[in-house]
Amino acid sequence: MTTFGVTVNGLHKKFGENEVLKGIDLDVRPGEVVCIIGPSGSGKSTLLRSMNLLEVPSSGSIRVGDDEITDIRTDINAVRSHIGMVFQSFNLFPHMTVERNITVALERVKSVGKEEAKRIALDRLREVGLEAKASSRPFNLSGGQQQRVAIARALAMQPGIMLFDEVTSALDPELVKGVLNIMMKLASEGMTMVVVTHEMGFARQVADRVVFMDAGRIVEQGPPEQIFGDPQSPRLRSFLSEVL
Amino acid sequence: MNDFIDMFFNPELILKVLPDLVAVGLVNTLILAISATLIALLIGMLIAMALISRHRWLSWPARVYVDLLRGLPVILTIFLIGQGLPYMGVQPFGPSAYPYGIVSLGLIGSAYMAEIFRSGIQSIHHGQLEAARALGMSYGTAMARIVVPQGVRNVFPALTNQFIGIVKDTSLVYVLGLAVGERELYRIGQDMSQRVGNLSPLVAAGLVYLLITVPLTYYVNWLDKRLRTGKVPVIIEDAVDTTESEGAHA
Repeated sequence: MTTFGVTVNGLHKKFGENEVLKGIDLDVRPGEVVCIIGPSGSGKSTLLRSMNLLEVPSSGSIRVGDDEITDIRTDINAVRSHIGMVFQSFNLFPHMTVERNITVALERVKSVGKEEAKRIALDRLREVGLEAKASSRPFNLSGGQQQRVAIARALAMQPGIMLFDEVTSALDPELVKGVLNIMMKLASEGMTMVVVTHEMGFARQVADRVVFMDAGRIVEQGPPEQIFGDPQSPRLRSFLSEVL
Repeated sequence: MNDFIDMFFNPELILKVLPDLVAVGLVNTLILAISATLIALLIGMLIAMALISRHRWLSWPARVYVDLLRGLPVILTIFLIGQGLPYMGVQPFGPSAYPYGIVSLGLIGSAYMAEIFRSGIQSIHHGQLEAARALGMSYGTAMARIVVPQGVRNVFPALTNQFIGIVKDTSLVYVLGLAVGERELYRIGQDMSQRVGNLSPLVAAGLVYLLITVPLTYYVNWLDKRLRTGKVPVIIEDAVDTTESEGAHA
């Protein structure tokens, strides 16, 4: 599976009267790592969730690879099966073993055979260092381990792009590093990644481009050296002074 | 005191009614209750899916169905369905009242089961459905594989309670008129009690009900405790859901 980009054009999203996204244009190139930062309520999670249509845009268009996902004729389930997503609250399936968490979508969505699915699951678990936990239940794992399983689950589908929604925010500080290391490895392998994060260190170190959002708009974007070293807008400067 | 014992606990009469109670009454009560429960589970699940649907033309009729059947006295509904259907010429099971009793109890039960299923499904964190959809599962697959199994597990005690209720409600089916071999526990106890002018046979029937319902009640309590103490994987959302307050989940 080749990696692919995503193009967002004129994206607006309203929840009732509340306009959360007020015209977003963003072009993520294949293989690029884009970190989205900004204060709570700036719309960064909504933007990310729009990229696999967990949020349906009020207007505007989104193209993922060759698929115009905002076109109602697009088979969204097929497109989603090669967009990996990792959530803040892990969202592992608690009634299934770790291995089954990974194989269920392989079998049900991609019609992979049982044996093959199991092999893929164990391979992916090995990559995140959790092969030994294959038959455990999620609630017997630490938060960091759960999140690593969630990443393995997404990668098993052979996605062409990975979306990360504040994936370390619910973790104890000592567990954050293991998750970030896996993401760094993924980035170095050329995966397209869109990462909503509060981890400024990660953004600075790994991102090809950092996007700063505030109040539903992209206020400023550029390479991390520029965003963190020479912020142009007053809003970004005040945001950085609070989080750094 | 002797009068009291003779009226309620006359051993001769109890022994006399016992063979019929077990061989006919218990068997029919269980057939009625189990068949009605299977109907109630099946229809209840379908109604529950309709209840949580975002389409009004699905959820609204389901809501009316549930409110009507839960709001009416059981005996009235049994009469309306059990006599009404055959009276209107709808006799898919022939003239015997027995199957109509099953259908009546099943439909009434389905309204309660639907609400139990609905609450179970809605108790599952929305992130479960989102994660399944994000992996590419259709709504149907995600519900069938991920959300509903967890929801059902959470409400299993409530479902068992509902079964206990149905067992007791089978005692109302006699109002439709049952043939001798179709009589359930209550009818058999009641018949002999009237014949001999003594309540002991009815007490015997009551004891058989208790033999079914009391152990089940304790089973439910045990299940409930086990679910709450987490020996069985229930939904564990210990992860703080601090998703940005963008109204995204409003």
